[in-house]
Amino acid sequence: MSVETERSSTDSSGASGLEFEDTALALTLRLPGSSSSAAADPDRKRSASSSAAAAADESLLVAAPEAPPAPKARVVGWPPVRSFRKNALADAAAKFVKVAVDGAPYLRKVNLEAYAGYDQLLRGLQDKFFSHFTIRKFADDERKLVDAVNGTEYVPTYEDKDGDWMLVGDVPWKMFVEACQRLRLMKNSKAVNLAPRAAQ
Amino acid sequence: MTYFPEEVVEHIFSFLPGQHDRNTVSLVCKVWYEIERLSRRTVFVGNCYAVRPERVVLRFPNMRALTVKGKPHFADFNLVPPDWGGYAAPWIEAAARGCVGLEELRMKRMVVTDESLELLAKTFPRFRALILISCEGFSTDGLAAIASHCKLLRELDLQENEVEDRGPRWLSCFPDSCTSLVSLNFACIKGEVNAGSLERLVARSPNLRSLRLNRSVPVDTLSKILMRTPNLEDLGTGNLADDFQTESYIRLALAFDKCKMLRSLSGFWDASPFCLPFIYPVCAQLTGLNLSYAPTLDSSDLTKMISHCVKLQRLWVLDCIADKGLQVVASSCKDLQELRVFPSDFYIAGYSPVTEEGLVAISLGCQKLSSLLYFCHQMTNAALITIAKNCPNFTRFRLCILEPGKPDAMTNQPLDEGFGAIVRECKGLRRLSISGLLTDKVFMYIGTYAKELEMLSIAFAGDSDAGMMHVMKGCKNLRKLEIRDSPFGDAALLENVAKYETMRSLWMSSCNVTEKGCQVLASKMPMLNVEVINELDENNEMDENHGGLPKVDKLYVYRTTAGGRDDAPNFVKIL
Repeated sequence: MSVETERSSTDSSGASGLEFEDTALALTLRLPGSSSSAAADPDRKRSASSSAAAAADESLLVAAPEAPPAPKARVVGWPPVRSFRKNALADAAAKFVKVAVDGAPYLRKVNLEAYAGYDQLLRGLQDKFFSHFTIRKFADDERKLVDAVNGTEYVPTYEDKDGDWMLVGDVPWKMFVEACQRLRLMKNSKAVNLAPRAAQ
Repeated sequence: MTYFPEEVVEHIFSFLPGQHDRNTVSLVCKVWYEIERLSRRTVFVGNCYAVRPERVVLRFPNMRALTVKGKPHFADFNLVPPDWGGYAAPWIEAAARGCVGLEELRMKRMVVTDESLELLAKTFPRFRALILISCEGFSTDGLAAIASHCKLLRELDLQENEVEDRGPRWLSCFPDSCTSLVSLNFACIKGEVNAGSLERLVARSPNLRSLRLNRSVPVDTLSKILMRTPNLEDLGTGNLADDFQTESYIRLALAFDKCKMLRSLSGFWDASPFCLPFIYPVCAQLTGLNLSYAPTLDSSDLTKMISHCVKLQRLWVLDCIADKGLQVVASSCKDLQELRVFPSDFYIAGYSPVTEEGLVAISLGCQKLSSLLYFCHQMTNAALITIAKNCPNFTRFRLCILEPGKPDAMTNQPLDEGFGAIVRECKGLRRLSISGLLTDKVFMYIGTYAKELEMLSIAFAGDSDAGMMHVMKGCKNLRKLEIRDSPFGDAALLENVAKYETMRSLWMSSCNVTEKGCQVLASKMPMLNVEVINELDENNEMDENHGGLPKVDKLYVYRTTAGGRDDAPNFVKIL
């Protein structure tokens, strides 16, 4: 067959054909904390403990019921979408990440590159999505969003390229924009075991 | 009629509605041929290699509008190698030599250079319209030449071209004397434009009806422009991202309020959900809406907007809309005639939040639907049968199930019966694309029922030569057939060779055709160009079919009066 296929890392057995994007994707799809690579590498940054991760995963499934299945082999020229459209959408989508809020039945998207830093991002989230939230800043630079109506505290967390859930603010802003795959405003009670910042 | 003076015959010919009829009268006798060719104003060339440009210009020296199409359709999906061909230069040069009265040029899938655009701009004093669709090879410098020299320009329409950006200068090149613009579309240009130049150009174009901006144009500029264009019918917005102030959107809403003639809306680059409510007031008057470049909007954003669009006839949208969103479309848009649902995510192969459910809902709610392009996660025969019954008016039905060869999601059976129902019920079907698990049986249905079919696209389908033979035998009106990754070989290719002279083209890639088969075809049919495209490099052995003969990678067959072309690259062999 002359058709070229790019095997995704999930069903590639050999070392060749391993593609970065697919690797990232495959990793984001597994349960956080259940990866063998995480276990095998003790120097890795601390990530969510398994119990918090399980809770996180459970509520995310509620927020995003149509979680996609594992990626399949990719075929050149398929699906038949004009390359102009593909490129335009890739440009447009690159900077956008989904935002889930615990207990809210919908997802939103934000453009990370539209913000200059964490404070702006939080203000943006507050202004544009959740007008009844207020920002509470703590001494150690930790930020939380508080629901002014019922007092529930939400901790902004994000999923990084390895599929680990981290606290927003754990790395410099630029690194965060690079790494962030999606955002989640996690109920405070569930987030206690998340890493406050990168180990070290 | 031969006794009428030539002027009278020419006048009668001017009432013929289309090229097809004019072609027919030109075959009646030599006198009619002469009268027709000298009075022909509009010329359409469906394949740039089917005839030499010099020949066209010689025959129709008084043509005003020329349309030329270049690369095969599958070039859209990167199946045609770069440098394959489809060059515009010979056409523009030939017209420059023999047809200086040219006023309109339309090109699709062609390679257009800046030099050609400059020649065009400087040669044709009455030039009025340039429409380039899916073209490449030029930069904003070429557009600057058009803007500078075409004093009577009415239409500059750039649709989905790959344009090299050399800065914002080009838009400032329209001279102050240029007041004739009716249509300006530069949505595909990536770089910034000068907001002041754009506003001034629009302000001095009282006839402007269609304006499509690119992603760089901010909301405030859009608002200012709309205040100046009360007669605008078709708008492509600029950037609607959420890093603007609320006041900007309020100004935008006020500006939209002035546009009572607006019927069609597109653009929505980086659109924030928060800008949409400001646009709701114009929704009720829209007949066309293209949200397919706004991956930033999710299902609830899209459906809230679309539920206001009760007069919509044409909707393009991303699959972010999901099945439940399509149900809203079905209940809101009773006049819908054309629907396109594109995939939004190319990294999660085979997944989409739209399925057969959304399409069944649409077919129930929108019974005027006649044109469909639908990318989806899965499909069933039962759904296709229902859809065919609900919407027998389909003329274009293109269904792409994202995972190649995927069977009926309920029964795990092939989708033959479902597509069979489509071709049986939709008697006027002219364009069809099929996908999913399909056996030769679907081609039997197509050959039996699709009598009006003009273009058929096949991917990952069929089980033997018999499949393609059904199509070649049955589809009397077939003009374009394109096939990829299907097990059709020489026997199918050579079954009905005379038919290729009635067709514009045949494309086959990753099928079972051998070079020997192609040679037989070429020798039997001297009026055809049989192009074998083998891109494989030296250490990559060609695939072998069952008989051990090397298979061709890609095959492109078309009728021509021009003979083999002389601009073919070395990976193209013309037999």
